[in-house]
Amino acid sequence: MISSLDRSRIFVLLLLAALALLPIVATIGGEEFYIGQFRRILIFAIAAISLDLILGYGGMVSLGHAAFLGAGAYVVAILVHHASEETRFLGFIPGTFEPLIAWPAAMLVSAALAFFIGLVSLRTSGVYFIMITLAFAQMVYYVFVSWRAYGGDDGLRFRGGDTLAGFIDLGNDVVFYYVVFAVLLGVLYLGQRLVKSRFGRVIEGCRENERRMRALGFPTYRYKLTAFTLAGAVAGLAGALFATQESYISPSIMHWTRSGDLIIMVILGGMGTLYGPLVGAVVFMLMEKFLPDYTQHWQIVFGPILVLIVLFARRGVFGWLLPARPGGGGHG
Amino acid sequence: MAEPLVEAPLLEARGLIKRFGGIVATDNLSLAVEPGEIHAVIGPNGAGKTTLIAQLSGELRSDAGTIRFAGEDVTDLPVYDRSRRGLARSFQITSVFRAFTALENVALALQAHDSHSFRFWKDASRDPALVEPARRMLEQVGLGARAEIAAAELAHGEQRQLEIAMALATGPRMLLLDEPMAGMGRDEAVRMTAFLRTLKQSETILLIEHDMDVVFALADRITVLVYGRAIASGTPAEIRVNQEVRQAYLGEDEHA
Repeated sequence: MISSLDRSRIFVLLLLAALALLPIVATIGGEEFYIGQFRRILIFAIAAISLDLILGYGGMVSLGHAAFLGAGAYVVAILVHHASEETRFLGFIPGTFEPLIAWPAAMLVSAALAFFIGLVSLRTSGVYFIMITLAFAQMVYYVFVSWRAYGGDDGLRFRGGDTLAGFIDLGNDVVFYYVVFAVLLGVLYLGQRLVKSRFGRVIEGCRENERRMRALGFPTYRYKLTAFTLAGAVAGLAGALFATQESYISPSIMHWTRSGDLIIMVILGGMGTLYGPLVGAVVFMLMEKFLPDYTQHWQIVFGPILVLIVLFARRGVFGWLLPARPGGGGHG
Repeated sequence: MAEPLVEAPLLEARGLIKRFGGIVATDNLSLAVEPGEIHAVIGPNGAGKTTLIAQLSGELRSDAGTIRFAGEDVTDLPVYDRSRRGLARSFQITSVFRAFTALENVALALQAHDSHSFRFWKDASRDPALVEPARRMLEQVGLGARAEIAAAELAHGEQRQLEIAMALATGPRMLLLDEPMAGMGRDEAVRMTAFLRTLKQSETILLIEHDMDVVFALADRITVLVYGRAIASGTPAEIRVNQEVRQAYLGEDEHA
């Protein structure tokens, strides 16, 4: 018999293999459309995985994660915009077309934003935390809605910024797909190391019982803030990839419903599993894409499916394959 | 009579006050715990025992008074800082990490006092610096065979043992035990009493306990709390004959 641990491992390998082969199969089948579609899915999977780090592992229900996604996206858009206009951001920061500069810059800015939002938000917990992260994200949203220099709520269209390291052409659908796929694998690997490390234990301990953690001698706030900042940075990277993919960015990327989508992906796939959010992103975005073909009231179908999953597979689609962990209720 | 020179108390609280609205939960309370002793705090329900523990451990900020631990003023230090200085506590309501195994629980407690935990790379479950001492610690409290069991699946008494193993794993200079026998069956309580007796040889303990048999069997000194005030403090023999205590508290209890 195959144990449930092996079952989940096989499932992950199959899923990753399928994603690795997708551009080849799509090209042969003449359905290139799917390459861009799935690249978008993988980008959101990266964002969902970063959210899982704080939501699934850390128990921090942030309803503002899209702000970090959006900040990262705007960093790339603004840098490329200034590079093509040959002007400077705030009069002194030059733009750049190079993703190897723009993407890390996006991570840095999103990390800094997450740090400051976390600094205040993590003083609270429970519903207050949900509301305060939402409030901060809305503030960021309205900053960009009203920032006329970068298109306001019409958004900002830009050209260029799609040649990586001087020779990798991200304008090529397949090449860019594999770049995103490589980033995803990197995020999964580093995430896996992180959650098993001492730091990961502390984060999980905070989810289980933060009061006890403090009594054991952990300054929990610092650890949670670090996790929150790291998650923000990775979400910023996803945003950067998104901007590069779309060559267009508007504040809708950081609308609060987008944060909700990310939470749904994590819950749908399985909180605290890392691979779950990848599954969740695939399932969520395919349903979002194809259910409307059957009915314009697709959300009437989608809603009950979500409810059923939450009721019957409390650890999501992926968690369902994992060995049961007692005591932890929904996750573990 | 010349008193022999004694060491300074390990834990010393002076003039502690804690109010919740109009209720005074801790009323100008002073208390000293000498190194090596088991000091029990008893009192009827609502006497403010758990409030006192919360103040001593740092979960509650006192409205007035000072707390010194191991010669330092810790009055304004947060919980984790006091814990790092060696003031460990167990909880009245079992609060182990239920989704973690017994071993992981103790390893986490060890980790808390092994420098910082901003370590992102190495697998903690394969770290001999955590796993080996954690295993020893579990053997010591009699849970050696249960190391790989999730805490949620341990029997109540075992969870209480695990709770104390975790407090011990932090390498404390002093334990604050909040009703370690709470909810235990007779047999489990007897075993726990025996275990606390062996602990007594190496640890300083402040014990809050309802079970009078346990308190009088273990404690070197007893402080009696009524409405947040210490009405008496002394050896078990002194407390037994103290009139005020009898009136206020032991009078209602057949045991005494």
